[in-house]
Amino acid sequence: MTYTVQATGIRKAFGGKQVLDGVDLAVATNSVFALLGPNGAGKTTLIRILATLTRPDAGTAVVNGHDVRADPRAVRRSISLAGQHAAVDDVLTGRENLVMMARLLHLPRALAARRADELLDSFGLAEAAGKRVKTYSGGMRRRLDLAVSMVVPPPLLFLDEPTTGLDPRSRQQLWGVVRGLADEGVTVLLTTQYLEEADRLADTIAVLHHGRVVAEGTPAELKSRSDSDSLDDVFFALTEPGTQADADAEFTFKGAVR
Amino acid sequence: MSYALTDTATDVSVMIGRCMRRSLRDPEAFITSLMLPVILMLLFVYVFGGGFASVGDGRYAQYVVPGLIVLCAGQGASTTAVAIATDMSSGIVDRFRSMPMASSSVLTGHVVASLARNGLATTLVIGAGLAVGWRPTAGPAQWIGAIAMIAAFIVAISWFATALGLLAGSPEAANGAAMAIWFLPYLSTAFVPAGTMTRVLRPIAANQPFTPIIETMRGLWMGHTSTGASTAHDAVLAVIYCLAIAGLSAAAASYLFRHRTAA
Repeated sequence: MTYTVQATGIRKAFGGKQVLDGVDLAVATNSVFALLGPNGAGKTTLIRILATLTRPDAGTAVVNGHDVRADPRAVRRSISLAGQHAAVDDVLTGRENLVMMARLLHLPRALAARRADELLDSFGLAEAAGKRVKTYSGGMRRRLDLAVSMVVPPPLLFLDEPTTGLDPRSRQQLWGVVRGLADEGVTVLLTTQYLEEADRLADTIAVLHHGRVVAEGTPAELKSRSDSDSLDDVFFALTEPGTQADADAEFTFKGAVR
Repeated sequence: MSYALTDTATDVSVMIGRCMRRSLRDPEAFITSLMLPVILMLLFVYVFGGGFASVGDGRYAQYVVPGLIVLCAGQGASTTAVAIATDMSSGIVDRFRSMPMASSSVLTGHVVASLARNGLATTLVIGAGLAVGWRPTAGPAQWIGAIAMIAAFIVAISWFATALGLLAGSPEAANGAAMAIWFLPYLSTAFVPAGTMTRVLRPIAANQPFTPIIETMRGLWMGHTSTGASTAHDAVLAVIYCLAIAGLSAAAASYLFRHRTAA
């Protein structure tokens, strides 16, 4: 088995608060890996570390064979980052966003234009190609965000809470898109607070709680840990309530799933 | 592995294109920035100018042009600071920073777009000045010198605004911080000679960085400064100020850009 992401002992604190407390992670190449956890579990911080945007306090992380600290530039050549903070330019049109990213990845002008049109087609954005992103719906923005990430398909795609804030229909649509990318051979590391999303998309799920991975396995393996065939029960057993933070997190989960 | 120079050039040109588009697509701000020079020129020459009869050989237009150029550049700088802060508060900078591109090109793009915007505003100030009776005595060499001075000043103030925008944390805070750039010209020889001010303000106005920059333009265009210093003396000072402001601000901006993360 080869691994696209291998992280060991990742620790990170912000202002005295230990956000990541020794995380080990191995994401198999060509798989979809879901980091599942409540708000504040450290999911986004972990993604930012793996995407070279934040430095870990301790631990090592190797992405596509490159150490994030020693050779961030090589890591950046191996990844794309997309997700809830859909990183597209509001003032530009969908097409302009794609051409801009293609040019930044040094595709020649003509090829950049062609690639933009291909992606607009395959992500269902052809009609809105000439409209400013400001006018897009939430679902369209996420699809453009994914399209932008796929200008040059990377070995590894980070999806930070890809469907947070989307309506059920857009969510279904986006799941289809993510599955399609995975089928094309892109390794996907996604974070989510939705159990159903992890269940539907992931080959492997790791549950992150208080900055640690508290369980890991295939959706079936995790379900077999409890008597029910629902991930919910497993999850709530793992992230036993107690503190106010847990109570908040639980509330978020229930709201999200039901 | 080093990053090829041609790749960096592509990154910078793409970023300039992005910033120019963003400028042009905010028509309200864009039109305001183009109206401002004309309105200020009319205001200063026809409303205040009569009261400043002793300034500029009896014709205020002869005096005020360099001051208005600096004032408009200050307005342009606040636009730049806000544009940077807006970028930093949206997720797009994170995407740029997670890409294998020269991340400094994000800042360079803003500075070059700022130079273009302010160049246009400066041209309008000069045009409006000529229309209301400004008659510089400069020959071609002096004109080139004056334009070079303006360009150096705009680059310096754009980098300063960039650092300010990164420091501010939000577009609103950036706008507030940039007010300082707006205000400083009033405490210089931009609109009245230092000699006409109260004794407390006189040394401030005579010695603050805007003054030699303004006086260099004035000396080159009109043949003499308002302070009595030689144009060459002020020009040397002005260039040193511009280099120092640009250098320190660019260094601060690059540091902040690397270490600040989006909210």
